[in-house]
Amino acid sequence: MRDEIVLATHGLTRRFGGLVAVNDVDFDVKANEIHAILGPNGAGKSTLINLLSGEIPPSEGQVLYRQQPIQGKSARQIARMGIGRSHQKTNIFPRLSCLQNCELAARIHMGGVFGSWRSRQTAQKVSERAQEVLDTCQLNHRAHTTASDMSYGEQRQLQIAMVLATAPSLMLLDEPMAGMGREETAQVTELLASLTDRYTLVLIEHDMDSVFRLADRITVMVDGCVLESGPTEQIRTSEKVRDVYLGRHDEGATA
Amino acid sequence: MLHRYPKRVAFIMLVLTALVAAFPLWGEAVFGNQANFMLEKLTLMLILALFAMSLDLLVGIVGLVSLGHALFFGLGAYTLALASPDFSPASMWWMLPLVMGVSACVALIVGVLVIRTKGIFFIMTTLAFGQMLYYFISTSQFAGGTDGVFIMFRPSLALGERTLVDLDNPYSFFYFCLGMLLLGYFFLRWLTRSYFGQVLDGIHDNEHRMQALGYATSGYKLVAFVIAGVMAAVAGMLAAMQYGFANPAQLGWHTSGEVLMMLILGGMGTIFGPILGAFAYEILLYLYEHATTHWPILMGLTIIAAVLVLPRGIAGLIIAPPWRRKRQTASEAVSEKENASIATSAQPVTQRKEN
Repeated sequence: MRDEIVLATHGLTRRFGGLVAVNDVDFDVKANEIHAILGPNGAGKSTLINLLSGEIPPSEGQVLYRQQPIQGKSARQIARMGIGRSHQKTNIFPRLSCLQNCELAARIHMGGVFGSWRSRQTAQKVSERAQEVLDTCQLNHRAHTTASDMSYGEQRQLQIAMVLATAPSLMLLDEPMAGMGREETAQVTELLASLTDRYTLVLIEHDMDSVFRLADRITVMVDGCVLESGPTEQIRTSEKVRDVYLGRHDEGATA
Repeated sequence: MLHRYPKRVAFIMLVLTALVAAFPLWGEAVFGNQANFMLEKLTLMLILALFAMSLDLLVGIVGLVSLGHALFFGLGAYTLALASPDFSPASMWWMLPLVMGVSACVALIVGVLVIRTKGIFFIMTTLAFGQMLYYFISTSQFAGGTDGVFIMFRPSLALGERTLVDLDNPYSFFYFCLGMLLLGYFFLRWLTRSYFGQVLDGIHDNEHRMQALGYATSGYKLVAFVIAGVMAAVAGMLAAMQYGFANPAQLGWHTSGEVLMMLILGGMGTIFGPILGAFAYEILLYLYEHATTHWPILMGLTIIAAVLVLPRGIAGLIIAPPWRRKRQTASEAVSEKENASIATSAQPVTQRKEN
């Protein structure tokens, strides 16, 4: 089970006009691991995650989720397959309460809107599921607060809670800790660490400490290409990676 | 919480409803021999309020600005006019389902085609469909061309031999319209607070995110479009009963524009706002028309002033009155924030979210 490959890409390439944002990337994610993607700004991390979630189509190559190509499927279908993602920009429903946000996410995967309309049981289950993810994310004290009234860090956490509420088997998180304070970062790191027994995570993150603490494997990208990919220890001690981050390989760092 | 408003909203609406409902008691004392004319005006306002409310579901709740909503209003009117027998009144028991059924089918067909567009393109495609039907009807022999169709008998509402509501009597017709408006209001109130309504709010705020969660947003938008269309058709049917004819003008973009102005004036996304908007618009129209022949200028200026001064319409004024807001800023900033979050549920047209 542990070594089952959940997500794989073959020769994945994406061009925007003359710019090759992602260039011939082979990449795989195993079940229940945290796979982090590192790289300087402009390395193509966000494009890669958009390709993985099917939000943009690749120019070449393909993405396989449990041996099935996701190409040509709509965002909705991909979400229904079990891929949940969070965005770099905070992306919640500001006028709904914290709990309602999670319910909205949970409901579609538990019989849909019409299911909860018909049966009290489904509505109950949806509400329980939403409460549960709020518990997991330690947001239950904010359950009835309107989302726009919560602090930035809490909103970011709510976003993770919403992805969890859809009960995905694969979570794609785009910089979940961006803009957070140290305390909040630690909290989210802990939260993500606690999820690995149930979920598979692909994580883009700039916070090196958290990445090295959390990730089982790390893929480092520069200029749209994979520089190196392997277990966390290997990356930590890699000369090539150190060069990129210390600025000796500087073309990609400013792109 | 969304779609839940301070108690004074319910209070004000109750008082206004009671005042309108009691018009037969005070109408004659205030308007003298004009009372019957005023009753007709008031009935028309009730009908337009139902129409405006149906558009609010699309514009205010889902965030789809339609400039072709009169299509359904006119469709309801023409369905009634063309389906009514010439020499006897139709029965409301089949006329109402017929109007609703026809408009639902048309809304479904038009909806499937327009719902995939967004923003300005949605405005243009709805406008196009509205104008298509307008020109088709105004050049068709069977629909009486530009003259429209006269309705010889108002439908009757009877159970067996007994008449339940005598719709020919202006007073009972007035109460019938009031009843339909209340029915429509409570239906939309229930709908917006339901799970379905929550999905519509989600689509309004961030459709892209809803899709990423797994929602087939087009389906929900289509259902909302059909519901709005059916409600507008019922309003159109009532209007045709009131006037005694169906006319192409009821279909045109001018009517769509007018109802949109009622929405802006009343406050979008609140359901009760458009009711106030319809009344305010019609009262202003009456006053301006009597004051000057150049009334469109005055109306235009009023709408501009309303958008500048009251971006959330009359509803916004009731939900968060300015004097209250000022007092709170002075005392504590926190409750101001809470207040503002309530006020955001009534939104100005310009506030669109990006994906």
